[in-house]
Amino acid sequence: MSFELQEVRFSFNGKKVVDGVSIALAPGKFYGVIGPNGCGKTTMVDLLCRFRSPQHGRILYGGKTLGLYSKRHLAREIALVPQNFYINFPFRVRDVVMMGRYPYIPRFGRPSARDADLVAAVMESTDVAGMSERLVTELSGGERQRVVFARALAQDTPMLILDEATSNLDIGHAMQLLDLAARRVSRESGTVLAVFQDINQAAAYCDHLIFMSRGRIAAHGDTREVLTPAAIREVFAVDARVYHDDFSHALHVVYRR
Amino acid sequence: MDRDPPMGSSGLGRRLRDATALQVSTLVVTLLGLFVVSTGMGYIQIPPAAVLKIIWGEISGSPAPFAGINEIFPVVVMDVRLPRILTAALVGGGLAMCGVVFQGILLNPLADPYTLGVSAGAAFGAALAILMNMAALGLFSVPLFAFLGAAATLGAVIYLSAGSGGLSSNNLILSGIIVAAILSAGISFLKYVADEQVAVIIFWLMGSFASKTWGDVGLTGACVAAGASVFWYFARELNLMSLGNQMASSLGVDTRRVTLILLAAASVVAAVCVSVAGIIGFVGLLVPHIMRLLSGPDNRRLVPLSFLAGALLLLGADTLTRAVLPVEIPIGVLTALIGGPFFCYVFRRQSAGRAW
Repeated sequence: MSFELQEVRFSFNGKKVVDGVSIALAPGKFYGVIGPNGCGKTTMVDLLCRFRSPQHGRILYGGKTLGLYSKRHLAREIALVPQNFYINFPFRVRDVVMMGRYPYIPRFGRPSARDADLVAAVMESTDVAGMSERLVTELSGGERQRVVFARALAQDTPMLILDEATSNLDIGHAMQLLDLAARRVSRESGTVLAVFQDINQAAAYCDHLIFMSRGRIAAHGDTREVLTPAAIREVFAVDARVYHDDFSHALHVVYRR
Repeated sequence: MDRDPPMGSSGLGRRLRDATALQVSTLVVTLLGLFVVSTGMGYIQIPPAAVLKIIWGEISGSPAPFAGINEIFPVVVMDVRLPRILTAALVGGGLAMCGVVFQGILLNPLADPYTLGVSAGAAFGAALAILMNMAALGLFSVPLFAFLGAAATLGAVIYLSAGSGGLSSNNLILSGIIVAAILSAGISFLKYVADEQVAVIIFWLMGSFASKTWGDVGLTGACVAAGASVFWYFARELNLMSLGNQMASSLGVDTRRVTLILLAAASVVAAVCVSVAGIIGFVGLLVPHIMRLLSGPDNRRLVPLSFLAGALLLLGADTLTRAVLPVEIPIGVLTALIGGPFFCYVFRRQSAGRAW
């Protein structure tokens, strides 16, 4: 299903964090959001997964206002991998991944065979099956992030939102997880919206880039068209060169200090 | 839905559930055993068989079981000991269960039913009632004021923390500390102006199960049962909320609503426990902690297990002070004296080596 944001605004204590954002997100595409710290990326993510509600404007999901969906219904539509994740209680890794299935399991019910199969498959593909019995409190930051990623995939939703989900990961695991997200897009015509710090990573995976600056969308469009030195200069105030790299088959950005 | 997951972990999952069943049944049997043994203990010793006969006689209503039993025994059992024993068990279970919920909501394994100032509020209410010598509502005026104090405190804490950022655990804990600090200064002031009443206030604050009635059992039982059903119903949401509010929200939990409902329910239970028995520390902190070590952090298991273990612990402590020690020590003092060092031991062992 598609997302449509119309003139969305959100402010914290009088400071405009998201200031009039309008954009449509279509199924079957990998969207990347990039922009400097404090430009409103994470607040955008909060708005899209309805952790916050817009103070002005509308967010439509599948043509219907996001706020009209029940929370449980939405949990079967949109999954989130947050930026920071901290847990104080010693759940086992497989318990945390299984929590991704809670929106499907009746309150007092047990996981079905399908739930168990899906969790096992997801844990295999995200490379966390080996630590299935370990306590999530004892994992390193990167391992914990993979577990949380697995939990979001287990939620099995058409929409996946990644808020700098690979920021703590080594390059091998980062690419493995982003490949999984990209497969959702290409094979199941799901939608992925991912916030990136690393522009090259965004360029390698995203069909469509959204540049954010001071709560607004500075530019957005097909990656090959919008990823330009001018856009990077405008948003980050950095001199950059953008070229097509034959080895990675993607646009590549280098910077001058 | 009725077949077990065929996954690799299913054997272990089943073992865990079986272990839970085993833990629950062990605790239930021990608790029932302690009921009978504890009822027999005291100044007048009553053999366990006689205790069982008397209870059976009361339930069935037939006079046959009383044959051959000293006629003072039924009075001691039914009017003196059982109400006290049941109240102690219910308060222990209630406090332990509240501890689980407060720790879950505040995302802090070191929270307890008193973290948000519920005890300070109750103590202030009770001290006020004692000081004013209020007997307008008969015997219940002190518990009633304690309850009102606790409820007002919770209201203030929620009001203070509901500003920007919603009911985050940091806001709640901070507001709780502020309100509790103000209230404890208030209690000190009341003690200061209380003159000869000060002993009554201090004694009430230290907690006691002496001279509890069936009325206390009924009141505590009803509130604890209601609280337990709310906690059990929302146990799964509480699991998700331990991942943080944002994640819980993305997994379909209305975090604000669930937080408010659980806080209100847990505070009512804690307030009733305090108003019936005074301030009894460490049960609500220690029991959830130990049960989490034994059975993992899943609140669906933790709530019932902590209830049983809390009941067992407080009944044991009350029996100790009532029937074993030469002098009756206030129960709140006893639980802190035993619970404190034990908690230090658990905590130290945990921070020194293997986490759980």
